[in-house]
Amino acid sequence: MSILEVDNLSVSFKQYTSGLRQHTQEVISNLSMELVSGEILAVVGASGSGKSLLAHAILGILPSNAQTSGKIRFDGEVLTTKLQEQLRGKEIALVPQSVSFLDPLMRVGAQVRTSVRKGKAKEAQKKVFERYHLKEEVENMYPFQLSGGMARRILVSTAMVSGARVIIADEPTPGLDSVVIKEALTNFREFADQGCAVMLISHDIESALQVADKVAVFYGGTVLEIAPAENFEGNGDRLQHHYSKALWRALPQNDFTCEFKN
Amino acid sequence: MRWRFTRNLGIFLFWKAIKMASLLVAISFLSFLLVKQSPIDPIQAYVGADMLNVSPEQRERIEEYWGLNEPIMEQFWSWGSAILSGDLGTSMIYRLPVSEVIGERFINSIALMSTAWVLSGIIGFSMGVLAAMKKDTWIDRIIKWYCYTLASTPTFWMGLLLLIVFAVWLNWFPVGMGVPAGVLAEDVNIMDRIKHLILPALTLSIIGVANIALHTRQKLIEVLSSDYVVFARARGEKGFTLFWRHGLRNIALPAITLQFAAFSELFGGAVLAEQVFSYPGLGQATVEAGLRGDVPLLLGLVLFSAIFVFVGNLIADIIYRVVDPRTRKEQSYAAK
Amino acid sequence: MQLSKQLNLNKRQSTLLACIVLSIIVCAVVLTGFLYDEDRIASNLEVRNAAPSFDHFFGTDWLGRDMFSRTIMGLSLSIGVGLVGAIGSASISIILGVIAATMGKVADSIVTWLIDLFLSVPHLVSLILIAFAFGGGFKGIVFGIALTHWPSLARVIRSEVMQVRSLDFVQVSRKMGKSRWWIAKEHIMPHIVPQIIVGILLLFPHAILHEAAVTFLGLGLSPHEPAIGIILSESMRYLSVGMWWLAFFPGICLLIIVRMFDKIGDNLRMLIDPHHAHR
Ligand SMILES: Nc1ncnc2c1ncn2[C@@H]1O[C@H](COP(=O)(O)OP(=O)(O)O)[C@@H](O)[C@H]1O
Ligand SMILES: [Mg+2]
Repeated sequence: MSILEVDNLSVSFKQYTSGLRQHTQEVISNLSMELVSGEILAVVGASGSGKSLLAHAILGILPSNAQTSGKIRFDGEVLTTKLQEQLRGKEIALVPQSVSFLDPLMRVGAQVRTSVRKGKAKEAQKKVFERYHLKEEVENMYPFQLSGGMARRILVSTAMVSGARVIIADEPTPGLDSVVIKEALTNFREFADQGCAVMLISHDIESALQVADKVAVFYGGTVLEIAPAENFEGNGDRLQHHYSKALWRALPQNDFTCEFKN
Repeated sequence: MRWRFTRNLGIFLFWKAIKMASLLVAISFLSFLLVKQSPIDPIQAYVGADMLNVSPEQRERIEEYWGLNEPIMEQFWSWGSAILSGDLGTSMIYRLPVSEVIGERFINSIALMSTAWVLSGIIGFSMGVLAAMKKDTWIDRIIKWYCYTLASTPTFWMGLLLLIVFAVWLNWFPVGMGVPAGVLAEDVNIMDRIKHLILPALTLSIIGVANIALHTRQKLIEVLSSDYVVFARARGEKGFTLFWRHGLRNIALPAITLQFAAFSELFGGAVLAEQVFSYPGLGQATVEAGLRGDVPLLLGLVLFSAIFVFVGNLIADIIYRVVDPRTRKEQSYAAK
Repeated sequence: MQLSKQLNLNKRQSTLLACIVLSIIVCAVVLTGFLYDEDRIASNLEVRNAAPSFDHFFGTDWLGRDMFSRTIMGLSLSIGVGLVGAIGSASISIILGVIAATMGKVADSIVTWLIDLFLSVPHLVSLILIAFAFGGGFKGIVFGIALTHWPSLARVIRSEVMQVRSLDFVQVSRKMGKSRWWIAKEHIMPHIVPQIIVGILLLFPHAILHEAAVTFLGLGLSPHEPAIGIILSESMRYLSVGMWWLAFFPGICLLIIVRMFDKIGDNLRMLIDPHHAHR
């Protein structure tokens, strides 16, 4: 059952070029996709291709010079600005891309606690810290004191404690060591298995494939194809698009197997 | 951690003190050279209208008494060493030790300046917050327009306007003088003092809000479009809670430090406001000293105003170091 | 706003238009002021102390002089003095800024120390001191403004030049053996000249305000000059008898002129600096 549907979404920015002219630059164009409960959809594409903007568009937190068109539906209901405001943090949670998304002057424990919507905030925060192997004193640290890995885990924690049914994770894995990556991904898997939906944004197709059910290949502001994760195997012959194939073959171990076969 | 922080603060203060000392020496020297090359005759300034009665011999004796015919470096040397021993000389127009004049005037001025400082800080900060929260609405436009206009407004003219409206037309306040003329200083009651304080303080506050309001607005707009506020909104925070949790926290410190760093403008404004309202503070004394050639007083005031500005900047720096966790806990846990 | 919509201008074009219009107004004021001669403000005892009317827009003073003419002359004088002072100040900034940025660490720290030195005494106090040193008058005020207003612009120029020097193409030119002078002419100048122009324009408002303030205090231009500061300080004696127009109009005109300079400088900066355009 699909929870979130994106239908023909476009995002563009108003900009001033050199001289006195003003123009609009379309960054996402005619994008359609859906998130299904119980599934992880990986969105894979090069950096700068507009993946973060997609996430922000779904939540309605784009900067003010951005314009959007198209429809997004949540539980079959069209998302208006007002509905987005009600749902974010409650039904849809974001795992942002970097530490800069944490308030630099607020202790991280407090920031996790403000994300808790139901039940005791303090307990929920303690539990999630334990689960991610964050020591108790981390609670009282400021973001600038966190290591890269700790910061990621804090960011994931904020989404985990929110009780949302949809999690949009914007590159949650870079900077983590493989053990922690595995763990974070397992967490997303567990989360999906509880009947929620996860959108896992990444430029690293390899780690995304470890847990994803489907992969959306993102290029030049739109989705080229959405393929089941199983299709990413062998030579990638089951993939439809050249770009997807190229992306798949570019992985080091595939190169290796290709040569080996030939 | 603790002792390390204290030690760093100590080192920081030590360097600040060295720097201040070097600046003060330079200021003293430059100011001394400047006043010495003034065409205004210090003896005439001292003697005033009786100058015609001063014979050349008398003049020579005064010059000798003040050491005016010695080489300039020697004069500077004796003036400088006197200052180091705490003697700023004697004011020619008030016929009192300079330190005494400055001390008494400072009390008046500090009442004026601190009132204006607090008022303009609070009002300016609130205006900036309001404008940023309502960015691009008519409220924001009005506040912006008002602040830019105030920034171009001559302080003394604002004082004149208030004088016309409140003292001349409405008759609520006296037209001048820090204390009623002809009344001994001891007999002046607190109400009188407050009454004379209101208009100059109002002038300074009205002008003073512009800077802090515009700065706060800019800063809050930055904060509101920052990643961490975007994320806070993504978590469903909005409106006043959002401002309280993330906005205020991130703009309060810069605003407070800015306000401390603005001691220089505050002093300059006080000079003008005091002149307009004949308020007997440091500013008025500076103008008097300049107009009537009271060299020791002028030099003393220059040094004093420099210290005043320096203290403001120092407090701003210290607040940052003590309050901001990023500088306070310089020992980072970051592994990378 | 309305006009720009009708002409279908975008923000940048209307900014440019505003700049041009404001500059024309300012030039008109200055020119009119210089073209007026002394008879325009000759005393006329028959119309002493007249409130504003159609004959005398800004009223007349206790000698029957037309306040409108006095104001215009005062403004052009103030703008003139501000201009000379600002140019002097800008010259100091350019020289010290460039020295700090190009002549190594020692020069840089000396200039930085000098900047701190000149910022450590309130402007108005240093202006009074310098005016006193020159015995008041035109020279005192111009030197005062020139010597006190340079630090902020010097800082800007210093960091601009440093930034340009570290840019890749400048480094490449240097490796290719181009002379210092060539690099300065071809690369550094085009980058910093617009910044300097804007910097000077933004110095004006302060220069003019400070000129008026010091003159008002009695340490600036002499009482015989038709300066705005003089007009305002003389007006003080007549305020208590209700002659508000003596202070009101000259002051508000000064405010408008200063505001215009500020606006022109700001608009130009917006045009030059693309980051500002998005606001
Ligand atoms: N506020 C903005 N104004 C104009 N362009 C923007 C803005 N924000 C992002 N972009 C453009 O959108 C593109 C996509 O950015 P982003 O979504 O962060 O990429 P990704 O997350 O895939 O790395 C970038 O190339 C950037 O130039
Ligand atoms: Mg991204």
